[in-house]
Amino acid sequence: MKTHIKLIGVFLIAAMMWGCGGETKKETAALGLEDVASKVYVPPGQHDEFYFFPSGGFSGQVAVYGLPSGRLLREIPVFSVNAEKGYGFSEETKPLLMTSHGFIPWDDSHHPELSQTDGVPDGRWLFINSNNTPRIARIDLSLFETVEVIELPNSGGNHASPFVTMNTEYVVGATRFSVPVGSNTDVPIETYKQNFKGTASFVKVDPKTGEMSLAFQIMLPGFNYDLSHAGKEKSHGWVFFSTYNSEQAHSLLEVNASQKDKDFILAINWKLAEKYLAEGKAKDFPCEYYHNLMNEETQTAKSEVKKGVKMLYPKDCPGLAYLIPTPKSPHGCDVDPSGEYIVGGGKLATVIPVHSFTKMLAAIEAKAFDGEIEGIPVLKYDAVLAGEVQNPGLGPLHTEFDGKGYAYTSMFVSSEIVKWKLGTWEVVDRVPTYYSIGHLCIPGGDSKKPWGKYVVAMNKITKDRYLPTGPELNQSAQLFDISGEKMKMLSDFPTIGEPHYAQAIPAEILKPRSAKIFELEKNKHPYVVKNEGDVSIERKGNEVHVRMTMIRSHFTPDNIEGIKVGDKVYFHVTNLEQDWDIPHGFTIMGMQNSELLVMPGQTRTIVWEPKKPGVYPFYCTDFCSALHQEMQGYVRVSPAGSNTPLKFNKNEEVAAK
Amino acid sequence: MKVLSRISLVVALALLVGAYFVPIWSIDLEAPQYPEGIGLHIRINTIEGKNPHDLRNINGLNHYIGMKEIQPDAVLLLKLLPYLFGVVIALGVLAVVLNKQKLAVAFLGTFLLIGIVSFAEFYRWEYDYGHNLNPNAAIKIPGMAYQPPLIGSKKLLNFTATSLPTTGGYMMLAAFLLGGFAVLHSSRYCPIDWLRNRNGKAKNDSDKFLDESIIKEVEAITEQRQKERQYVAK
Repeated sequence: MKTHIKLIGVFLIAAMMWGCGGETKKETAALGLEDVASKVYVPPGQHDEFYFFPSGGFSGQVAVYGLPSGRLLREIPVFSVNAEKGYGFSEETKPLLMTSHGFIPWDDSHHPELSQTDGVPDGRWLFINSNNTPRIARIDLSLFETVEVIELPNSGGNHASPFVTMNTEYVVGATRFSVPVGSNTDVPIETYKQNFKGTASFVKVDPKTGEMSLAFQIMLPGFNYDLSHAGKEKSHGWVFFSTYNSEQAHSLLEVNASQKDKDFILAINWKLAEKYLAEGKAKDFPCEYYHNLMNEETQTAKSEVKKGVKMLYPKDCPGLAYLIPTPKSPHGCDVDPSGEYIVGGGKLATVIPVHSFTKMLAAIEAKAFDGEIEGIPVLKYDAVLAGEVQNPGLGPLHTEFDGKGYAYTSMFVSSEIVKWKLGTWEVVDRVPTYYSIGHLCIPGGDSKKPWGKYVVAMNKITKDRYLPTGPELNQSAQLFDISGEKMKMLSDFPTIGEPHYAQAIPAEILKPRSAKIFELEKNKHPYVVKNEGDVSIERKGNEVHVRMTMIRSHFTPDNIEGIKVGDKVYFHVTNLEQDWDIPHGFTIMGMQNSELLVMPGQTRTIVWEPKKPGVYPFYCTDFCSALHQEMQGYVRVSPAGSNTPLKFNKNEEVAAK
Repeated sequence: MKVLSRISLVVALALLVGAYFVPIWSIDLEAPQYPEGIGLHIRINTIEGKNPHDLRNINGLNHYIGMKEIQPDAVLLLKLLPYLFGVVIALGVLAVVLNKQKLAVAFLGTFLLIGIVSFAEFYRWEYDYGHNLNPNAAIKIPGMAYQPPLIGSKKLLNFTATSLPTTGGYMMLAAFLLGGFAVLHSSRYCPIDWLRNRNGKAKNDSDKFLDESIIKEVEAITEQRQKERQYVAK
């Protein structure tokens, strides 16, 4: 009997313990995960707190996400054609992709950079570089559309770009791949050291219109220029560029460019450059480059070929440039919010070196030089160094700041974010990332006033983080809460292409600026039609220009005859809507170009060259209304040389019988 | 006319003139697809969208159900209304300047008449607009008319239409009430006199109550004297 009671007792205790265990688990779930979930949950219909703009990398575009939700809001085509939006296919947008190498349908977009006023992102424009065929693009953040692209000559890969000065006086670019420049560029590759040069480009930005112009370039040693940031506050007037391959290798760089213990951060005094420029110290350097600008009124981009650039040579311009030794092929080159510290992300280094702007000025004053390279004094490492972050992890790449005295550095090799304190250089926290973080982004984290609430890791390797999709996986971003002492992972979300860098800005700055429509009244497109009665068709030889309108739910005209095989038909289509979010699409059977997606009040043109006789249906591709399926028409194509007269209709109602 | 009447008239006239510069009537359309709102403002001389392109967009939507386009220039009432109210204002000005009660009555009467006619015409226009539909319209629902309400809310397919006076309308209403007060105040139905009299009467009553004994005494004396006179006469 006693044993029985004992046994029952044991069972009871076991049951109680089992029960307790279950309770504890539930509680953990409730406290831990639900707490995190509430931090990234943005209820339906509510807006995110931040806009987040990661580059698309090899997609050539820019993505727009909301933070903290990680919801994809939009993809902005910049350097690659986008058939969905007709970008690079429509006659209006094609000029944006023109270069001295011809029409370029793809590029590699790396570093988005928000325009700044007084060192703070102002939400006017987003600049982004193309690495392959060197260019800088400007996106208008009221339209979220690319409106300007400028090519950078004498450059072989515009990587250290397009970072802005404190008031967006300039966006800069420096060549990643040094190349032979000037009149004779057909030289043996092994003459690298004699003939290969780097350049830094200073592109002036019109403070009112945002229009870019190449103000001057600086001829630099044939290194690889990697990343950059402009000084701010006390260091306003300077721009810093990280360099690698100071070995000047031209083959097997992974080994040959990793030999030296230190490469450099290049400091350029651009205010002094302006002075030298005004004094006429610049030489006219022959080159040819394209400047492509979207005209707001005609809604059409125009390409202009520019010739020659003002070139400054450091040896002629004392004080223009200095080289700061920085360990092991630095990548990131990040200036803290005060403008005092310049952090080098030496990707092969075992420390994170931090340079002091004040010490740099003192070292220049004291001529604490270690020789010079092509007229550029090399400063003594110790004379400029503010401190080193010891044992930060492996592969420091890029640092951003929270505005509360801390810096956050991405560690590619050890796959983590390391938080450290400015001034004491001590590591205070670290979190793993999944996997191999490249860049990171704190809203305003490279500006004077970071909104230090979140950091987003942009990881290079995704592996098992999401449902697998075959060998090719999306890239992964991860959101961390940095409002507290310890970083806390909140969520994962996939990104487009391969983000290299990102910017984020409070939604309240951009939201009120966002346009809803294009004002039809202000549309001065040469082929705009503002009333259905004014549509027309005009033949100029084998070119036929159709001025067409679209409005819910019909095209005018919707029956066209007299097109012949061999004709080049320009459909100039105006969306007459003035209602928010009512785009119409246009395409026609056998279209060798893309569709058109025309926003309210906009005119877009697409060329169609029918190859055989027949009747070709066209239709609206964007579900616009209850009668969207009825939004269609026909074009009759007759054989070449036939006499079918040009004929079109204007909206006839045929009463039901 | 009393001074207060004239002051009221001046305020009424100022409100009426003010109503020329602000919308007098509002028609709001609510639908799931228009979270940002879409609607019309009626001014004394025109109809316009609440937001820059609302009128165009409402016309665009209405074509599906065969409603005619609202063309501000084609609304007769709104062509006449500025002049009709001009007459009302002129009568009011004359009443104030010439200080004539009859002109004030004319002002008020014309105002009321134009008000009634306007509402009738507004209703007629809305009726025509909502009933007189294009037989070829894409969406035809037997028995369905799209007349917006004269005042209040009504569900029309996916839209809820709400028709209400707005700033200018309320200014006109206030002007009418002030005009009415001005006329009454200078008439024998003066509301202030009436209030005063009512209070006065109450006061008399209380006097009477307080001095009842004296009055009774006086009455008694009077009666006595009458009796004495009768007696003397006999």
